[in-house]
Amino acid sequence: MHTLAVEIPYWGQSLLRVLGVFAAVLLPAGTIVYLYLFKAVSFMQSRLGPMEAGPYGSVQLVAEVGKFLQKEDIIPANADRRIFTLAPYVVVMSTFLVYLVVPFGPDAIFADYDTGIFFAMAVSSLSTLGILMAGWASANKYSLIGALRAAGQMIAYELPLVLAVTGVVIQAGTLNLQGIVAAQHEGDMFGVGVIGNPFVLTQIVGFLIFLVAAQAELAQTPFDMPIAESELVTGYLTEYSGMRFLLFFIAEFASAGALAALAATLFLGGWSIPGVDLDNNLMNVVGPLVLFAKAMIIAFLFFWARFTLPRFREDQLQQLAWKGLIPIALLNIMVTAVLKVAF
Amino acid sequence: MPKLVPGIVKGFGVTLSEMVKTMTQGAATVQYPHEKETPTTRSRGVIALKEENCTVCMLCARSCPDWCIYIEGHKEKAPPRRAGGKPRSVNKLDRFDIDYALCMYCGICVEVCPFDALFWSPEFEYSETRIADLLHDKEKLGDWMETVPESPPLEVGAEVKKR
Repeated sequence: MHTLAVEIPYWGQSLLRVLGVFAAVLLPAGTIVYLYLFKAVSFMQSRLGPMEAGPYGSVQLVAEVGKFLQKEDIIPANADRRIFTLAPYVVVMSTFLVYLVVPFGPDAIFADYDTGIFFAMAVSSLSTLGILMAGWASANKYSLIGALRAAGQMIAYELPLVLAVTGVVIQAGTLNLQGIVAAQHEGDMFGVGVIGNPFVLTQIVGFLIFLVAAQAELAQTPFDMPIAESELVTGYLTEYSGMRFLLFFIAEFASAGALAALAATLFLGGWSIPGVDLDNNLMNVVGPLVLFAKAMIIAFLFFWARFTLPRFREDQLQQLAWKGLIPIALLNIMVTAVLKVAF
Repeated sequence: MPKLVPGIVKGFGVTLSEMVKTMTQGAATVQYPHEKETPTTRSRGVIALKEENCTVCMLCARSCPDWCIYIEGHKEKAPPRRAGGKPRSVNKLDRFDIDYALCMYCGICVEVCPFDALFWSPEFEYSETRIADLLHDKEKLGDWMETVPESPPLEVGAEVKKR
């Protein structure tokens, strides 16, 4: 906050950060739910979706949240009460922590770690812990099966996700997310530097693997075995209701936003606009909007796939990860490393 | 033979083109309470009663699979057909109720009625907030006769065969 003219006391900065992270988490989640979950899916099915609450149903989300808040808060008799109540907060927390390192502008970042992308990958897998807690504490066999499926899936798809990111890291030469943004802004592709070097072009294989793996990390259809409603009721969510279900719901779409923002930062150049100076102070205001737009484009890809493809079988899911994505990702790393040294 | 375009790509194309179509040309659905589609003429909305045709024969009540029709009647003397003849006795309908909370819209009563007293009507907007209010009497069933569409013309020769 050193670029601002007025000196803000520490508590003021903390308050701003708290408000900022809430906005960073909830705004993309709300946009994704309204724009994609309510509207895009309806359009793809030739219907209009919610139309009554506000113009074009724009405040439908408020109604949904109000509905969840009114619902009875049920904890099963055999449930492990403490773990059961704690689990949704662990899942939400992991989403919040990912936003910690996502850069929104030259100075607009909550924590500028040198190993930012490593941190993001590490905390995003914390949600698996929360899901396992939820499944185990629910004292319900469907919840447990769902949670174990989720754990297996997250571990399987964590690998291609990290390996896909590794290609970007090799090319950028840094783990710092600001550094990765700068590398894409200032780099050039084989001597042509008009639009910089967005890694979506040179790391297209990594980008596609990242998208597929992120889809699985988010447990969105076609990878929604953990909550497969035709097999497992709703998996680890079965026993949750009211506020706690709402937290899981927010976490699901906020983490979709978080991974979309990460993908936008890693592959689409983050908050930077080609041709605009990186140290421009104005980018602290425009940057978040640019990143938001890019993240929403990525999120559309997630939800487009979600509304198009049917669910995989459990063994097909594991096959895709271990026999398909991971070898390709490893090959991608090798090729990237060789090219990096060669050029 | 390997396909030129994989099915997965085709699938993405279907959803995207449908989305664009809905945004540019409008949806296939209508926003129901604001705009209504007219149901087809032979749709099974509600059963209407033409009271003067009913002879209280009870066939409909007896054939109803879930016993949702309630009929009561009494006998009356009617003037003889020919002068000097014996007065006829006819059945008069006192009560004809259908409990639409029970009715499963099978239409057996309409089929079985020998005197064309029961008709299908496409009217469908008669929901109630209390389930007991779905028991409708013969006045209400008679009102629905107005919504019954004209029956289609009989086949050629159908009238002749009857005689």
